[in-house]
Amino acid sequence: MSFFTLDSLSILMLIVLAIVLVPVVIHSFIYFRDYKTKRGSKIIFFSALLMLTVALALGYMSNHITMTWVFTEITTLAAGLLIYHHREELALEAVWKYVFVCAISVTFIFIGILFWGLALLQIDLHELTYDNLMSYAPYMDPFWLKMGYVFIFAGFTVKMGLFPMFTAGIDAKDNAPGPASAMLSSVLVNLGFVGIYRCYAVMVASSEAQWARIMMLVAAVLTIFIATTYIVKVHNVKRLLAYSCIEHSAIVIIGLCFGRVGTIAALLHIIMHSFIKSGLFLHYGQLAKVYKSKMIEDMGDYLNINPFGALVLLLGLFSITAIPPSGLFMSELQLFGAMLAEGSWLMMAIVALLLTVLIWAICKIVISIVFLPRPRSYQQHRFKSFAVENITQLVLFLFAIYIGYFNPSYVSSLIGDAASLLF
Amino acid sequence: MKDIILVLYIITLISLAVTNRMRNYVKLLLFQGLLLFALSLIQLNEFTIANLIWIAVETLLFKSIAVPSFLYYLINRNRITREAEPFLPHFASLAITMIIIVGTYLLAGAVNNAPVDNIFIVAAFSSIFFGLYFICSRRKLLSHLIGYLVIENGVFILTLAVGNKMPFLVNLAVLLDIFASVLLLGFFAGKIGDVLNDTDIESLTSLKD
Repeated sequence: MSFFTLDSLSILMLIVLAIVLVPVVIHSFIYFRDYKTKRGSKIIFFSALLMLTVALALGYMSNHITMTWVFTEITTLAAGLLIYHHREELALEAVWKYVFVCAISVTFIFIGILFWGLALLQIDLHELTYDNLMSYAPYMDPFWLKMGYVFIFAGFTVKMGLFPMFTAGIDAKDNAPGPASAMLSSVLVNLGFVGIYRCYAVMVASSEAQWARIMMLVAAVLTIFIATTYIVKVHNVKRLLAYSCIEHSAIVIIGLCFGRVGTIAALLHIIMHSFIKSGLFLHYGQLAKVYKSKMIEDMGDYLNINPFGALVLLLGLFSITAIPPSGLFMSELQLFGAMLAEGSWLMMAIVALLLTVLIWAICKIVISIVFLPRPRSYQQHRFKSFAVENITQLVLFLFAIYIGYFNPSYVSSLIGDAASLLF
Repeated sequence: MKDIILVLYIITLISLAVTNRMRNYVKLLLFQGLLLFALSLIQLNEFTIANLIWIAVETLLFKSIAVPSFLYYLINRNRITREAEPFLPHFASLAITMIIIVGTYLLAGAVNNAPVDNIFIVAAFSSIFFGLYFICSRRKLLSHLIGYLVIENGVFILTLAVGNKMPFLVNLAVLLDIFASVLLLGFFAGKIGDVLNDTDIESLTSLKD
């Protein structure tokens, strides 16, 4: 028995982590150049970033459900340190809520693990490795299996950003420094995804897949609904991005419920979403520098103030709303195709309707930032901006387009292999 | 003996439901820690001595001495004496707690194929759901912490039920206990208490859309 494994899923997620980490570190340095920070705070920030990275990498590779759990718990500590970088009251509130909700969710995951442990005990087995769970799932007691999955799923939703425990993550991404939010909204979401994915694989191997599927669909559709209602009224760019993050997580979960085609689309979606969302959060750093505010009302005329940055932001808008040439367009198309193939017309109509409203809201906000005249509160000032600050985001967005449209064979074979864990 | 301990444990939950003074919360937590210590000694009879000592240290030193004394320190330093105007009157609180206990009892009865004693499931689940209810119904942040510690105790009871077969899980539960408690308590002591003097949830409502 080994605690860690390098299967296709973990390799994919590790590659995403490696790619996202480079611009995050670059932008952390830019952040510290722009905002004078004490040496001690910098040390804490980078140590926390390192701890988060190591915990994420080991969490992706875990082959034992308790190991996934342990590293999920460690990410809470690291993320807490990152969120509380500013040492101010709002950040304090955000980090307290985040740590408290994460502590409860981690306890939930543990309860779920205990239930699966009970179910294994009934058939005289002791090892909670995923391989073991998957091969013996058909013989495990359905009641304990289902109860366990409810708790595990509910526990991981705080990391992935789904109904019911998404709220803490929103406040956290709002108050963390931009580069830290980029990590929280991309690779940390992936850890929640990996946890749910591996446990869902156990449910698929058992005879209770249909039940798990319905539960996940309900959670996902509710999440999209919540994200849509909040995005329509949002006033804060970071919260906009955070709500868009939970919407994409929900789309990924819907993908998992629609067979092999949907699963492949979901994996493709979460990979590209990691690139795009981290790019947008990194770009937020420049918006904050230009307007000295994170409120949408204080922004405008970005095209004249920072032309190259505005073009990159527009590309980011296309990318995140899945308008071609976005890579997300391809994965969502595949996903809707999978839904139609299974005859879920009503489901598709609801999701498509909610997504339309959501895309309208995001477009309205971003276009007002880029094209509308500058607000009265804006004061002309010189700001230091280097090309590299935009180029990193551009590379991330282009990377998502490349994966979506050219579908390189090494990526698609890894995704196909990872999807065969489920179907 | 196990049954007596677990019934006593459930009685501490009822008494938590109708208590308002912070000091009494802490006393009840201390008592729960002692009960868990006794329970682990009785239940984990297949453990090696070294592992048993480790569990005993955790339940006795950590749960019954370190955490309560730290909570006392926090109460004295922040001068929190009682839970100001709880959301629900005592009678309603008591009724909800009874519903939780009876509900989990019925639930445990419905599951007739559990590989563990039913009483463990009743105690553990009552504790978990009561902790969640406690967090929802109190205003002070310190009471939220106490609610969380009650949930942890519930999880610990559940691990004791499967403990002999899966010692690995018991050790993990101990780690969860220490890690999460230290994280939350340390954070509370270090920051929240200083910045927000009146540690009421009303002061944590500035983050919204």
